[in-house]
Amino acid sequence: MSLLVLKPGLLDTIQDRGRFGYAHLGINPTGVMDISAMSVSNLLVGNKPDEAVLEMHFPAPRLRFESAALFALTGADFDARLDGQVVPVHTPVVAAAGTALEFRKPLSGARCYLSVSGGFEMESWLGSRSTNLAVQAGGFHGRALQTDDVLPFRRATDYGDILKGKKIIVFPWKADVRGLYPGDETLRFFPGAEYEWLTPGSKERLVTTHWKITPHSDRMGYRIEGPALDRNEAVELVSSAVVPGTIQLLPNGQFIILMADSQTTGGYPRIGHVIGADMPGLAQMRVGEVLRLQQVDLQAAEAAKAVQIQGLLRMRWGIYFALHAV
Amino acid sequence: MPCRIAPLGDRGLLIDWGNRIDEALNRQVLSLWDRLRRASPPGVSDLVPAYSSLTLIFNAPDARHGVPAATAYDTLRRQVEHLLANPPETEETTGRQIRIPVCYDQTMAPDLPALAARCGLPADKVVELHTGREYRVFMLGFLPGFPYMGTVDEQIATPRLSEPRSRVPAGSVGIAGAQTGIYPLESPGGWNLIGRTPLRLFDAQRAEPTLLQPGDRVRFFPISPREFHQIQAGS
Repeated sequence: MSLLVLKPGLLDTIQDRGRFGYAHLGINPTGVMDISAMSVSNLLVGNKPDEAVLEMHFPAPRLRFESAALFALTGADFDARLDGQVVPVHTPVVAAAGTALEFRKPLSGARCYLSVSGGFEMESWLGSRSTNLAVQAGGFHGRALQTDDVLPFRRATDYGDILKGKKIIVFPWKADVRGLYPGDETLRFFPGAEYEWLTPGSKERLVTTHWKITPHSDRMGYRIEGPALDRNEAVELVSSAVVPGTIQLLPNGQFIILMADSQTTGGYPRIGHVIGADMPGLAQMRVGEVLRLQQVDLQAAEAAKAVQIQGLLRMRWGIYFALHAV
Repeated sequence: MPCRIAPLGDRGLLIDWGNRIDEALNRQVLSLWDRLRRASPPGVSDLVPAYSSLTLIFNAPDARHGVPAATAYDTLRRQVEHLLANPPETEETTGRQIRIPVCYDQTMAPDLPALAARCGLPADKVVELHTGREYRVFMLGFLPGFPYMGTVDEQIATPRLSEPRSRVPAGSVGIAGAQTGIYPLESPGGWNLIGRTPLRLFDAQRAEPTLLQPGDRVRFFPISPREFHQIQAGS
């Protein structure tokens, strides 16, 4: 009834939707970088969409199923193999006890999610199972996975009647996630509280430049490289709230886009915010990739999110019928 | 007091009373924070009080509930405007009074000599001024449990270090401009470190993980290195 870590990856953490209700104490929500991938991964194995999942980067871990499990991989495609057999993303898979899961190369995306049917048995801290690395709490003992860690499952199912002696069953269909991610490198943003501090030329540059994601990019934020942006206000900002997606202008004219492990407050000008609907797409962009910013209004931002939620709802029913028709 | 209401992305609403460290402004912030906590508008997951601003973080579908034509932001903005238009009879609840021991010994105060020299004061006088008044916890942020407090006597107000340290020990007490704060965890940091407290500002295992909350009133008192280690061993 568990998953054993044979060899850890670059950064493997347990995450859910995030920890809310404590930002006034400086406790940041953390949570998955790609909320769409988390939802799809859970739906594929019959979980509720915000069940805690394993978030992996490349190099990814080598894992062994200590008992049979129904699982799914979503988000990045790291060319997964279960005892040598190909495991496609966005597809439910049944693994027999004793099989090993490994990832060979990063084919697409930056973060891969693994869900197991019934979920992982993890202690909740302040109402969430997300790992907060800064305070070492939540998730799996508040830290990234290490060799010999054992991740228990909440539910025991033997799957013997499905496996019939085989090591792996790959379901003959996959979830269509195209509607959940932007079609190209364009991210939509909405002007922030200090947007007007930018000079007209800088506002223009913001939407015309091909921006590059630098190696100084992680779960806290993506540092973006390109022509410097200038301010027409030399005012210092007293600390005020920031959220994942907030675009902060740094003193050197470069900017950073805050991600899931962002602080709750900051003192840099908030020139904009990447809309919620485009954050999963940004979470899957890799160091060195280029992005463009497109300005939208609040109605468009909320509508885009609503379309995404409807897409997930449709997928939920589609998967429900597909799973129960097997 | 006039304020500006603006979106903070598509899941935040920012109420801004002006970009200042000012006790009267912060009283407005915390008063509305308190009222919003009690009103508990649907869809709002977090309220983030800061020096001169309060931000509502919300989940749009829940906040919009029952008002399909409006954006979540507009729905919440109306509720906030209603509260602002109907101020309470009594202003603000007074925060808790908390005394915090600080060891100002040179071994735990790497920037105290330089800060004292810069201010033209003996180190003892800096300690006397730092412990000589009660500070308001304006807000928590930067790190879990990090209190932004102030304001310090203008004689000891000192700008941040030009080169931030990559490692500041947990419990370090610092000054940045007119602000004073305490690092709850080891982290990078650019504040002038003038002492260290043995108290734990953050403990994930406690029911209330942070020692301080916005609105609390804090007074520091000096302790010796020996007392520091005794308190640390006992906590």
